[in-house]
Amino acid sequence: MSTFAEEQAREDAASIEESPLRRLAADFFESKLAAAGLVVLLAVVFVALFAPWLSPQNPYDLASLDLLDGRLPPGSTSAEGLVYWLGTDDQGRDMMSAIFYGLRTSLAVGALSSIAALVLGGALGLIAAYVGGRTESAIMRIVDLQLSLPAILVALILVALLGHGVFKIILALVVVQWAYYARTIRASALVERRKEYIEAARCLALSDARIMLHHLLPNCLPPVIVVATVQVAHAIALEATLSFLGIGLPITEPSLGLLIANGFEYMMSGKYWISFFPGIALLVAIVSINLVGDRLRDVLNPRLQK
Amino acid sequence: MSAAAPLLSVEGLATHFFTRMGVVKAVDGVSLSVRSGEVLGLVGESGSGKSVTGFSILGLVDPPGHIVAGRILFEGEDLARLSGERLRRLRGERIAMIFQDPMMTLNPVLRIETQMVEAIRAHHPEVSHAEARARSRDVLGQVGIASPEERLAAYPHQFSGGMRQRVAIAIALLNRPSLLIADEPTTALDVTIQAQILYEVQKLCRESGTALIWITHDLAVVGGLADTLAVMYAGRVVEEGPVDAVLDRPLHPYTSGLIGSVPSRNRRGEPLRQIPGMTPSPLRLPSGCSFRSRCPRADKHCLEMPELAALARGRLVRCVHPLTSEAP
Amino acid sequence: MTVLVIRRLMQSAVMLLAMSILVFLGVFAIGNPVDILISPQADQAEIARATAALGLDKPLWEQYFVFLANAAHGDLGRSFVFNEPALRLIVQRLPATLELAFSAMLLAVVLGLPLGLYVGLRPDTFLSRLIAAGSILGFSLPTFWVGIMLILVFAVWMGWLPSTGRGATVSVLGVDVSFLTWDGIRHLILPALNLSLSRIALVIRLAAAGTREVSHMDYIKFARAKGLTRGRVVRVHVLRNILIPIVTVLGLEIGAVIAFSVVTETIFAWPGIGQLIIKSITVLDRPVIVAYLMLTVFLVIMINLLVDILYSVLDPRVRLAEARA
Repeated sequence: MSTFAEEQAREDAASIEESPLRRLAADFFESKLAAAGLVVLLAVVFVALFAPWLSPQNPYDLASLDLLDGRLPPGSTSAEGLVYWLGTDDQGRDMMSAIFYGLRTSLAVGALSSIAALVLGGALGLIAAYVGGRTESAIMRIVDLQLSLPAILVALILVALLGHGVFKIILALVVVQWAYYARTIRASALVERRKEYIEAARCLALSDARIMLHHLLPNCLPPVIVVATVQVAHAIALEATLSFLGIGLPITEPSLGLLIANGFEYMMSGKYWISFFPGIALLVAIVSINLVGDRLRDVLNPRLQK
Repeated sequence: MSAAAPLLSVEGLATHFFTRMGVVKAVDGVSLSVRSGEVLGLVGESGSGKSVTGFSILGLVDPPGHIVAGRILFEGEDLARLSGERLRRLRGERIAMIFQDPMMTLNPVLRIETQMVEAIRAHHPEVSHAEARARSRDVLGQVGIASPEERLAAYPHQFSGGMRQRVAIAIALLNRPSLLIADEPTTALDVTIQAQILYEVQKLCRESGTALIWITHDLAVVGGLADTLAVMYAGRVVEEGPVDAVLDRPLHPYTSGLIGSVPSRNRRGEPLRQIPGMTPSPLRLPSGCSFRSRCPRADKHCLEMPELAALARGRLVRCVHPLTSEAP
Repeated sequence: MTVLVIRRLMQSAVMLLAMSILVFLGVFAIGNPVDILISPQADQAEIARATAALGLDKPLWEQYFVFLANAAHGDLGRSFVFNEPALRLIVQRLPATLELAFSAMLLAVVLGLPLGLYVGLRPDTFLSRLIAAGSILGFSLPTFWVGIMLILVFAVWMGWLPSTGRGATVSVLGVDVSFLTWDGIRHLILPALNLSLSRIALVIRLAAAGTREVSHMDYIKFARAKGLTRGRVVRVHVLRNILIPIVTVLGLEIGAVIAFSVVTETIFAWPGIGQLIIKSITVLDRPVIVAYLMLTVFLVIMINLLVDILYSVLDPRVRLAEARA
């Protein structure tokens, strides 16, 4: 009669073997909305990466523009037979091409600043959690200080101080975001630091750097991934907002925000497409990132698992 | 033993949880009865379904759980078929319940007074706030809380665990229910406090004539308290009878194993007796008798689910090879 | 409790000081403001005179102390553009911004709380899923885009509401407010909605998450076991527990709302401090920039402090822990 117990034990062991990654993916895809979001996001990234090859026209090659083609509604054709699927703006640029390039800029700036902020904030957060003491208090006080100010205010301050330029805007975005990463990683690391495997690593006399990078960091990653997706979306939105207000990226590197700003004045006279379509593109990019990040958060949150 | 109808009679109760991973048959065949003023001890390991039984009686099983079969007869009504509103009127008024963890039972952001007065006024809106408050104060005193007047204005986290449980008991007894269901109320408390709470509850129930179902995994606790014992295993009642009879002459092999494994029953120097094997997961219950994989007396007859049968007057057992076939 | 307040006040003072140094250095130390004011054809003598007049010839740290001393008197310099005291310019436009900000917060609570409660209590209905999806949308959409869309739909296509400006105002206690006139309200609706949308989404999510978590707590089950009506359980037991984090977050968000009004005011040409700051940044009107930053940071710090105090009042566990400490 003990075979039943053995059978049971074997079954229990088998269920542990299901890899956590596969379970994560299974949980993630349970939400059709999130799955759709992921698909859209991949499409957006694809367009951004391959914009020069996908665009029918290079909108920043002045030679290819014809002012007479300006402000044409969607669906009109140019003299050479090029179809302006989404209309043209006041300079005669094909909106679709402008949007593809704009997506590229927006995503690049957003992703770059987020990654830089992740590295900076992550490093500081890890150090704070691992080293503790005065270093930790100092770092966290700065973090708290910054987080108590609204992001856009910080961005405004930096823009006012630093001025314009792609690099400066990216810098501003990094400064706005690093604190979120620092706080998240520190919270995670604090929990992990007390766990036994860290003590075991210490007993093996591994160097601090090695412990932090190889042992602590991988286990702190899940909440950071969630924060990262949301932050990228925020960075993109913030950059678009700044560009729209005229204090963001310069005209030479137009992002979607600038495109929208360009078209704002034409909205009242019915030429809505100059603002509308870049707006939709921005929307699609941000919402898809948020959908994915949202689902990731739900899936990685242990408390909601019932 | 009066021949009057029991206060509560549960017949063939089954409560299943329909989860993503399958159907969890938390309760799958529970029958028990409690007479007015009687104390029933409902004993079983964690996962045996005893708490779910308690919740089922009060209709507090949350989705994805549902009562799928059985009757719960209380003062003439089948609770399993009552409307939400009818059930609500019974809860806290005719049947009350206290839970295991006193830390989480009381709402941390509301004063004790608020939580007590609302229990009264939910059923007797004609009672004024002042009257309800006075009654609350009296009951607090009855459960052994000093300076009840000041305690009313306090918040739950200002009380110790034992005192919080007393407050919970006080709330339960406010409207003088005829049945109190206590779901492992002393498990989370220190041993000394346990004894106090046990004593208080026993005293209060005797004084007010309230019937009591005491759910626990601890045989020692229930031995001195209960009149009747019902033993649960894997979602079913496997034995029921007067407490002394069950403890001295258990009929079900599981009950015998349970009694034998209580440490105080072993002599010093002897190895602790255990029931071999593990409780089956409620997702994968074996067919037939759930205990057969761990039972030294099991054979092919056990492949069919035995019914809960009366072996002698007042003694029910669900086994085809009970330990004694003679009357106590 | 008083210990808490004093400690936080000191922290706030330190923060303010740090901000002032940062702002001062950034604005006055980088670049030469004289270059903006004097025409490029000016000769050395004129430049020297202007420099002296603006006190820019003194060493940096001296300039800073002058700046601080003036600030303590409420003088944060004169606007280069309007030639008026910067602080006065800002204070004049503050009521418009505050009116917008508070309307937005009000909308956030009035609309967000009931919707969030519903989603938390009945997460599986179609309406719930719709609201939840909508809240993700509301949270992700950039404020300026929503503003443009609102104008497009309600002002241009439907023509129901005006697209720019503030409505007729009425003076209350010396302050001009526009929500007391019908015309004022008509002008207030779109910008307030625009500003509040992401806060509504936030409140919905907070309320839904909070309700979901609280609903599984033992004390809710116990409340039901007492025989309380569902309505009371939700109104008293659930609501009181979820309000605490919501109020705290919302309080902290007021600062963000005031800051975000920058966008809304620009789009709707609302005459608040947000519109002013954007213009000032583009023309580098430094005194106004400084005044705006100092004032906004001050407001944000004060609000954070108030929220901390409010939090300890609402949550008895915190209040009594502080008292014991």
